[in-house]
Amino acid sequence: MSNESSADSDFDFAELHGLFFDEAAEHLDAMEALLLSIDIATADDEQLNAIFRAAHSIKGGAATFGFTGVTELTHEMETVFDRVRKGHMPLSTALVDTFLASGDMLKSMLLALKTGGSGVPEAEVTGLCARLRAFLGPVAGGTGDQTSAAAPSGGPVLELVFGPLDEKFTAASVDCVVADLKDFGCVEEIKVESQGPVAERRFRIVTEVNATDLTDAIAFMADPARVKIVAAETGKTEVPATEVSPSAGSSVSPQADHNFGLFVDPEALPVNQPDPESAKKTEGSVVAVKGAAKPAVAASGDTASIRVSVEKVDQLINLVGELVITQAMLAQTASKSDPVLYEALFNGLATLERNTRDLQESAMSIRMMPMSVAFSRFPRVVRDVAAKLGKEVDLVTVGEGTELDKGLIERIVDPLTHLVRNSLDHGLESSDERVAKGKIRKGTVTLRAYHQGGTIVIEVADDGRGLHRDKILAKAKERGMAVSDAMSDQEVWQLIFEAGFSTADKITDVSGRGVGMDVVRRNITEMGGRVEIESAVDAGTRISIKLPLTLAILDGMSVRVGKEVFIIPLGYIAESLQPKADSLSTIAQRGQVVEVRGEYLPVISLADAFGMQSEKLRCEEGILVILESEGNKTALFVDDLVGQHQVVIKSLETNFRKVAGISGATIMGDGRVAMILDVAHIVGLMNSRFDKAA
Amino acid sequence: MMLQQNTKTASAASAIAASEQANEFLTFRLGAEEYGIEILKVQEIRGWEQPTTIANSPDFIKGVINLRGTIVPIVDMRIKFGLDEADYNALTVVIILNVANRVVGMVVDAVSDVITLSGEQIRPAPQFGTVLDMQHIVGLGTVENRMLILLDIEKLMCSTDMALMDGSPVQ
Repeated sequence: MSNESSADSDFDFAELHGLFFDEAAEHLDAMEALLLSIDIATADDEQLNAIFRAAHSIKGGAATFGFTGVTELTHEMETVFDRVRKGHMPLSTALVDTFLASGDMLKSMLLALKTGGSGVPEAEVTGLCARLRAFLGPVAGGTGDQTSAAAPSGGPVLELVFGPLDEKFTAASVDCVVADLKDFGCVEEIKVESQGPVAERRFRIVTEVNATDLTDAIAFMADPARVKIVAAETGKTEVPATEVSPSAGSSVSPQADHNFGLFVDPEALPVNQPDPESAKKTEGSVVAVKGAAKPAVAASGDTASIRVSVEKVDQLINLVGELVITQAMLAQTASKSDPVLYEALFNGLATLERNTRDLQESAMSIRMMPMSVAFSRFPRVVRDVAAKLGKEVDLVTVGEGTELDKGLIERIVDPLTHLVRNSLDHGLESSDERVAKGKIRKGTVTLRAYHQGGTIVIEVADDGRGLHRDKILAKAKERGMAVSDAMSDQEVWQLIFEAGFSTADKITDVSGRGVGMDVVRRNITEMGGRVEIESAVDAGTRISIKLPLTLAILDGMSVRVGKEVFIIPLGYIAESLQPKADSLSTIAQRGQVVEVRGEYLPVISLADAFGMQSEKLRCEEGILVILESEGNKTALFVDDLVGQHQVVIKSLETNFRKVAGISGATIMGDGRVAMILDVAHIVGLMNSRFDKAA
Repeated sequence: MMLQQNTKTASAASAIAASEQANEFLTFRLGAEEYGIEILKVQEIRGWEQPTTIANSPDFIKGVINLRGTIVPIVDMRIKFGLDEADYNALTVVIILNVANRVVGMVVDAVSDVITLSGEQIRPAPQFGTVLDMQHIVGLGTVENRMLILLDIEKLMCSTDMALMDGSPVQ
């Protein structure tokens, strides 16, 4: 397949490499998903063919670019799987495992090639190749001999027999195949006089391609079992295209969509007229045709989408962000003029506002990807970990279609993996323990994603033993943490996120070292999200991650302190209220608390926290914004509420550095900069201050 | 130590002299002193506008402004260099610098001129021992009997005591 690349040596190979790596990654993902979903006993041909196709596509691409290691491994995979899909070899768990391992190996090889990093040790690759070859065994040898015996050099005229025909393999599908065969040479039908329904159709093809290659080509389009190739001169040496196993013969359903997708668009291929010229086509041209069909696959499969670099999308989103700011500035300027005099202007501005919002939503949606991108790796994780732990686990995923910002999806995978592993290891009991408790033998881990207001919620739930309140409290006391038995469940559960906290009795290979949960929480907090836990003993645990929909735009409430305006992310605000003097009290002359419906909440003054001058000296003159973060509630004292906005988040760190208590900045309608508060930090600040006081 | 700094300053001065025959400098005033910075580091010059203050930052960091959609921190060099007076009026100027792939604004009293200095017009700066940190001063330039203090503005803005970048002390 490398000979067509030499013809276009002035191609931009870097770009093609990128395309190949992207496609190969997709093929590998598809292959892994298929391998995991396949049922060994009743694997259907469609799945087997799809796996074969994936390996074949990677091999083709790798060969074109001269990635020999990848080519070798995929070749072995292809050979083994070819036997399986033709029914020569049974599918086994060991085979699936080897294939999964090969997929992993390919992934690391491709990564190494892509980044130019150190490659995968050759010994490992050859080891895998040997493992794959071992599956072929003596049976394969025999078949191989037969196949090679069945591949005579091929005379210039071959006779093709298609049949038996039935409702699955119709005369029309034969026409389809024959149309494609015209690439190989001149084809003409031999009319057969017969009574009743036509059982088979015969064609004569003038070609220099040998029978084996023709068989291979036809195998992409129709069930080889129903095609026979006969050397036309003798008419006697009937050569079976492949060794036909009874199971393959009965279960294969060669339909139009069964043609490996390689010849989806016959128009795109060079269709030769049946003239004597074509008969002189060499074997090289056959290869070229196969190669040329490859881009057609990508093109026809992806007509509804295009590949665009993330930078371009981000640039677009940034520009839209600027537009939003400009629109807000215009609206603010115009609001000073008389709406009666400038009615047309106001109408125009209203339209601009609507259009800007729509544009912004559309632009943001480009970055949105379905959660299935993140969820798709978990069947594998669960399979591997469950096998290692010897547990029986079902993985249920719900809401894979829920869309989330690409950047968030990439960053959520690691925390999710950790949570899933934890659920498998600590959450779920062993099968025997489950039976003893009267639960069904198989444990269930559920991954669920859904939208809730302006946030997306991702849940990892198991039906295992649940969190043990007393055990956690005992452990916390043992570690000298400030805990009390009066803490709410929510507060107790949050303890498991502390660094080094583990209630696992023994450390396993999978988890239990107490590192991880704190990293999970930190990662999620960095994304502007929160983690919440619900748990009941012997009923299970549900960990919910709440994330903003996007990293670029935020719904915020603007508040004023002195002359400065700050933005509080709306997601953290539980409510705002003007306190009555008698609901406020102090503790030990230091901390102030406010009573809200029977609950005492610590009061923190934003002016004090940031060392500013407040206009309002007493809380009852200003506004208290009740903030909720990680199960803690805090009242933030500000001078005034200004309004609710959608703000475009700008990083302070681009030209400056990280500032404690501030997560970013934004530009307001009047062109001024306003700081966005880091609520988790401010609430944390309050708590640490209280800890010190206590 | 002294010797080390001496050679460093001398080498910096000669480096400037060697790299180009003549260097262009933007000169500005801070109180009575006149400073010069390499013109290629200057993005633009703006009038003073009230920035948004940043909590818990040193007093010479005045805050951040919106420069056509970019958030730019503003440093007042007069406070940084300990000048007595630092008032903000219609003549106060902000030099927007492009240093180390960042955009930073620098408040000065006034911008005077763009001048060209050749190698022999640049003298190494004298040492003040520990009284004054001289490591950001490349040398002294002489133009028409005036003395120019030539700053390595990139090094100065990146130094930890400017607290402009991550890893700098917070207060």
